[in-house]
Amino acid sequence: MSNSQKYTPNTSATSHIPVRQNDFNHQAHDALNDGQLRTNFRRAMDGLIAKRTAQFPDSDDLEARRLHAEAIRQRCLNKLPQLLEQLESNLKANGIKVHWAETAEQACEIIYGISECHQAKSMIKGKSMVSEEIELNHFMAERGIDCLESDMGEYIVQLAEEKPSHIIMPAIHKNAVEVAKLFEDKIPDHSYTEDIDELIQTGRRELRKAFFNADIGLSGVNFMVAETGTLCLVENEGNGRMSTHVPPVHVAVTGIEKVVEFLSDVPPLYHLLTRSATGQPITTYFNMISGPRGENEKDGPKEVHLVLLDNGRSQAYADAQMRKTLQCIRCGACMNHCPVYSRIGGHAYKTVYPGPIGKIISPHMMGLEQTKDLPSASTLCGACGDVCPVKIPIPSLLQRLRIELKRVVSSNDPQQVNMKGAGAGYNAIEARVWKIFSWIYSSRYRYKMLSWMASRFGKLLPNIGPVAVWSKVRSKPVPANKTLHQLMEQRSRQASGQSNGSDK
Amino acid sequence: MNARQSILDKLYQTRDLADFIPTKAEAPKLPTWNDQQKLEKFTQMISAVNGEVHSCEKNNWPHKLLEIAQQNKLGNLLHAPQTEWGAVLAAYFQATEHQLELLEYPQSIDEEGFKEKLFFSIDAAFTGSIGAIAETGTLIVWPNQHEPRLMSLVPPVHFCILEKEKIWNTFAELIENAGWQKGLPNNALLISGPSKTADIEQTLAYGAHGPSQLIVLVV
Ligand code: SF4
Repeated sequence: MSNSQKYTPNTSATSHIPVRQNDFNHQAHDALNDGQLRTNFRRAMDGLIAKRTAQFPDSDDLEARRLHAEAIRQRCLNKLPQLLEQLESNLKANGIKVHWAETAEQACEIIYGISECHQAKSMIKGKSMVSEEIELNHFMAERGIDCLESDMGEYIVQLAEEKPSHIIMPAIHKNAVEVAKLFEDKIPDHSYTEDIDELIQTGRRELRKAFFNADIGLSGVNFMVAETGTLCLVENEGNGRMSTHVPPVHVAVTGIEKVVEFLSDVPPLYHLLTRSATGQPITTYFNMISGPRGENEKDGPKEVHLVLLDNGRSQAYADAQMRKTLQCIRCGACMNHCPVYSRIGGHAYKTVYPGPIGKIISPHMMGLEQTKDLPSASTLCGACGDVCPVKIPIPSLLQRLRIELKRVVSSNDPQQVNMKGAGAGYNAIEARVWKIFSWIYSSRYRYKMLSWMASRFGKLLPNIGPVAVWSKVRSKPVPANKTLHQLMEQRSRQASGQSNGSDK
Repeated sequence: MNARQSILDKLYQTRDLADFIPTKAEAPKLPTWNDQQKLEKFTQMISAVNGEVHSCEKNNWPHKLLEIAQQNKLGNLLHAPQTEWGAVLAAYFQATEHQLELLEYPQSIDEEGFKEKLFFSIDAAFTGSIGAIAETGTLIVWPNQHEPRLMSLVPPVHFCILEKEKIWNTFAELIENAGWQKGLPNNALLISGPSKTADIEQTLAYGAHGPSQLIVLVV
């Protein structure tokens, strides 16, 4: 396909996720000044919030379901290694081949290896964020294999040579006019239209040819069931079914945390997933794959492979608090409700997973050096934690990551978690300032002295450094003439004076 | 050390170090309906996402199917005469005058020319279902050797027959009671409406990659 040849991700092969250090502030700034982008996001987020709300009319029922889902995810995580082994043996018994990858490179190598075995020239992809995480398209393109995205949103993003800006709706940053122009530019024999049905029909036509011709189909996985050895895929379009049923080989790639123990764990999670994500009671398709084409079967892939990816997940797993990050079922509700995400969009984060979930998972995948700005790219308003269907305490995880970022890393502290890039945000001056701060605040006299001085001389605070930054768009903070303590003392003196007076 | 061992080692070694006690919670109470309500709920939910439901009698559904096919100007229909419902359909079509070409899936998708035909010139397919879910308006379809996976996916129109006594309240109830734990087929599907997407400006469009029409014949 001509369009797939045009697609060359602008990333280097070594750092799989494109990150320019300390760039978040600039990216956010640019995004905030992009009126079209902000309109597109605001409209989309408002729509998603309303649709989700409409699905949960009964808040008690919602809370009960969230507690149940949280319990399921935590139970399964607690048995993660056992469940992975059980899953592997059941999948094998069902005829599905299982591969393990510690890093993104390993996962790419495995998938490339499978393609080579089949002399594959082209790969059709159902939606998979993990394949974005490992930068698979780029890896395969360098080795002469075309990867074409078949989810409509991913297809649009790929045509535009961009990255997804949302984990559920990859092309949410674009409006119909932008898509119309893109299709006119990139798709032969397609004439300009802003009619969404026509645009989708064009996508359908183009992709049908690709499904028909593809040598390999790749997909993600939403839930893996250990008990039965089943891969579950959630989707609306049918591209996931096409990618997994049409080509002779199907490769699924997913993170190790996606395993659940029982088949009965699936319905409660699925119930919350679609409602939280897009406000749908259910998706059009729930595709449960437990084996390749059987002897009597007339279609379906002859081989099914599963690639299990770690890529930092075991690091999060090692810590009791951060392990909760892995409860995520990737519904995207946290980003839809995030005041930061909804203003800057997904690209400003420069991580594969944007928004609140991205801020807590990316540091494990990429290390804290590369994601320094993320833990503080939050107002800690708590909306993400409130809507998360599996009750991940995102705000407190962000606070924890802030601590990890600033920690003094010492090699002889056995309690210290082994977090990649811990201490990357350590700043000697800042640490000194906080030391002084705590020295003053831990003594009543020093504290009194400071507040006395602040109330007398605070007005003289020079407009430099952080004060200058703060006062650029706000008025300069001026400490009050009297401290709260002084005011309270004064009040109680007055009150007791009055009551004494009335006694007489 | 290979990746598998290394990942498992990391997980096994850390799991006891972390004092992580999973929370416990009961499953919330799930809705239940009587048979009539279940059918109504199913119909309401699947209709809300453009599924077309026709209630038929056990003896007249092939007639209904033909009628719809004619209205939609379908030229051909893929069916499986080896199945119970497929056989009824085949018999009806044999005894009736019509323009619709009845097709069968060959021994394999790889048979010369069939895949191309399936992708680009088959208008519709008819399959059975093994039941439905009321709460979400969902058909349960287990592809099998006679009605393989692509039948309910590739042709633009999918006719599906549903017996009204086989409607479950919820997906959870189905999993609790249907014994799927004992073994699933290589592919099992829940289908709730025709294929759709909202990937452009959140605007719903039907017929993304799968069927653009899903027609349910309830008997
Ligand atoms: S963190 Fe929670 S809300 Fe965010 S994507 Fe994951 S499950 Fe959804």
